[in-house]
Amino acid sequence: MEPITLLTGKAAVLDRANVDTDQIIPKQFLKRIERSGFGQFLFYNWRFDETGREREDFELNRPEYEGASILIAGENFGCGSSREHAPWSLLDYGFKVVIAPSFADIFHQNCLKNGILPITLSHSDIQSLVRQTEIQNQVTVNLPEQTVIGESGRPAAFDIHPYWKEMLINGWDEISITLRYDSEIQAFEEASAI
Amino acid sequence: MGRSIIEKIWEAHQVVQEENKPDLLYIDLHYIHEVTSPQAFEGLRHNGRKVRRPDRTFATMDHNVPTYNRYFIQDEIARNQLDALAANCREFGIQLADLNSQDQGIVHVIGPELGLTKPGMTIVCGDSHTSTHGAFGALAFGIGTSEVEHVLATQTLWQTKPKTLKLEVRGSLGEGVTAKDVILYIISKYGVTFGTGHVIEYCGEVISAMSMEERMTVCNMSIEGGARAGLVSPDETTFSYLRGRKCVPAGSEFEAEVRRWQSFASDPDAEYDKKLVIDGSEIPPMVSWGTNPGMSSGVDAKIPVYEETASPEEEKALRGALEYMGLNEGLEIQSIPVQHVFIGSCTNSRLEDLRAAAGWVKGRKVKDGVRALVVPGSQNVKRLAEEEQLHEIFLEAGFEWRDSGCSMCLSMNPDVVPAGEHCASTSNRNFEGRQGTGARTHLVSPVMAAAAAVYGRFVDIRKEEYSRNAEKVSS
Repeated sequence: MEPITLLTGKAAVLDRANVDTDQIIPKQFLKRIERSGFGQFLFYNWRFDETGREREDFELNRPEYEGASILIAGENFGCGSSREHAPWSLLDYGFKVVIAPSFADIFHQNCLKNGILPITLSHSDIQSLVRQTEIQNQVTVNLPEQTVIGESGRPAAFDIHPYWKEMLINGWDEISITLRYDSEIQAFEEASAI
Repeated sequence: MGRSIIEKIWEAHQVVQEENKPDLLYIDLHYIHEVTSPQAFEGLRHNGRKVRRPDRTFATMDHNVPTYNRYFIQDEIARNQLDALAANCREFGIQLADLNSQDQGIVHVIGPELGLTKPGMTIVCGDSHTSTHGAFGALAFGIGTSEVEHVLATQTLWQTKPKTLKLEVRGSLGEGVTAKDVILYIISKYGVTFGTGHVIEYCGEVISAMSMEERMTVCNMSIEGGARAGLVSPDETTFSYLRGRKCVPAGSEFEAEVRRWQSFASDPDAEYDKKLVIDGSEIPPMVSWGTNPGMSSGVDAKIPVYEETASPEEEKALRGALEYMGLNEGLEIQSIPVQHVFIGSCTNSRLEDLRAAAGWVKGRKVKDGVRALVVPGSQNVKRLAEEEQLHEIFLEAGFEWRDSGCSMCLSMNPDVVPAGEHCASTSNRNFEGRQGTGARTHLVSPVMAAAAAVYGRFVDIRKEEYSRNAEKVSS
């Protein structure tokens, strides 16, 4: 997993509530057995029409959002299916940070496991962030400081569990950390006779 | 102060508790299927890791499998995924219910059916409807593929303790109202995020009176209300369901297990972070009309109108949903035309569901122009239904009778609803494109789906004109 510390990039705004993982990556693309290459299918049914042409009215197809690495989304982003193909497709498309007023629990967890930083900000902080990025569309995310800032104005602070912060900053493999607790796991199994 | 079942299970599974860390939680049982596991196994191989407890891991094939001519899989990518699961299970020594197994079926149907799911357990699966197993008083939740790999390697997960929500359903249900209507009503009333960050404990007279299969339907859709897990404290209904099942001990060992299981039930004075109470009598048969399960109403209602929405955001969501669904504001639910009917999925594909639908269908015919499928949740359900001749009732009426699988719940197999057409579906999600690109899903109970097949639209099955002639099919 790629470490995240400081990131400055373009933000794309997808102002829709309850975007489910079926929209982020439709089911016809879940049959592959690889982890890579899902970016081309991100938001497939919203991005492309029946003939495979880009839909002009879909937010992410706007030319000014090309190369965006930060997604600003609506409430309850990533609800529904637990498919990790959703963060895989966001990451492969180029998004490293998702900012939203709230996230669905499983999606939130899946982001953290893949080196995507999910940031929860209030509606008003998101609105002022969008206003602060109107000229160059530049957002800076500082994970060690736990702040997000636009081109101007004051930084907005966000919360993150210290465990996940450390994991993301270092890009650590969680399994190798857990395996250090092998004796505790074994003791638990013996004590519970399982 | 007493403890809730959620706290009891949590505390009994803490392996490591350290400051500034989530808890390391032991996982008793790990179900896997073909769609969310291949990358996890690849990760194990890449790092030279083993499956820590293959004996606590159980696999099935369900999402991709054809329900007709099931051994002839034309979709090469789907076949590769099924082959990969078989190869991974062989390599890592995991028991698999493949297409040749008489136990094959939807993971959330076969786990309980075989008696693998038991009270007091922690259970995970790379599938958000793992909440189903909560019906047994287990803490069961969906995980992503990275967590699947973590559980395979370590039999544990780092988890932050969730908040608790007690949801009491008092009184009793009216005629024609089922477990599916209860959970759709709850989600339509409280919204699709009321359970986020929480585990729901369902209780009250209505839940206590429910069979295990009905409780599974309720717990199954906890995730549609935002909760990763929903559960019911184990009771006599739970124990009598488990008695005699394939993977449940017998005799005195069973009695000892019952005593242990009972100890997990919530204490009467347990405290919760949030409490909600509804009355069973206020629940009508439900129909979803929008693009998330919260967008549902009673069958006797109308679709909301834009003017009466609470906020501009809500109006925007309503407009978007109705545009996708090809429906107008203020439309009577009963005038929505239905071209497809799907009775199946991990929500409603068990024997009682099929009995209820068949009981209503008997002596009636599927309306011309309607395509209706019955997809049993497992090969065992299929076999038991056939022993009761339920399949003959369905076939006689003009339904198709299929082999088990997830099928048209998410249409990863060839069972797809064409763009622009409406489907009355007993599944759990009415998201855009879920049953096929442009497909329009309406979530309903099995009886409501059966009635929609006969009338080609939704009808209020409580009315005498629709309930007359209905014959109960005895078990």
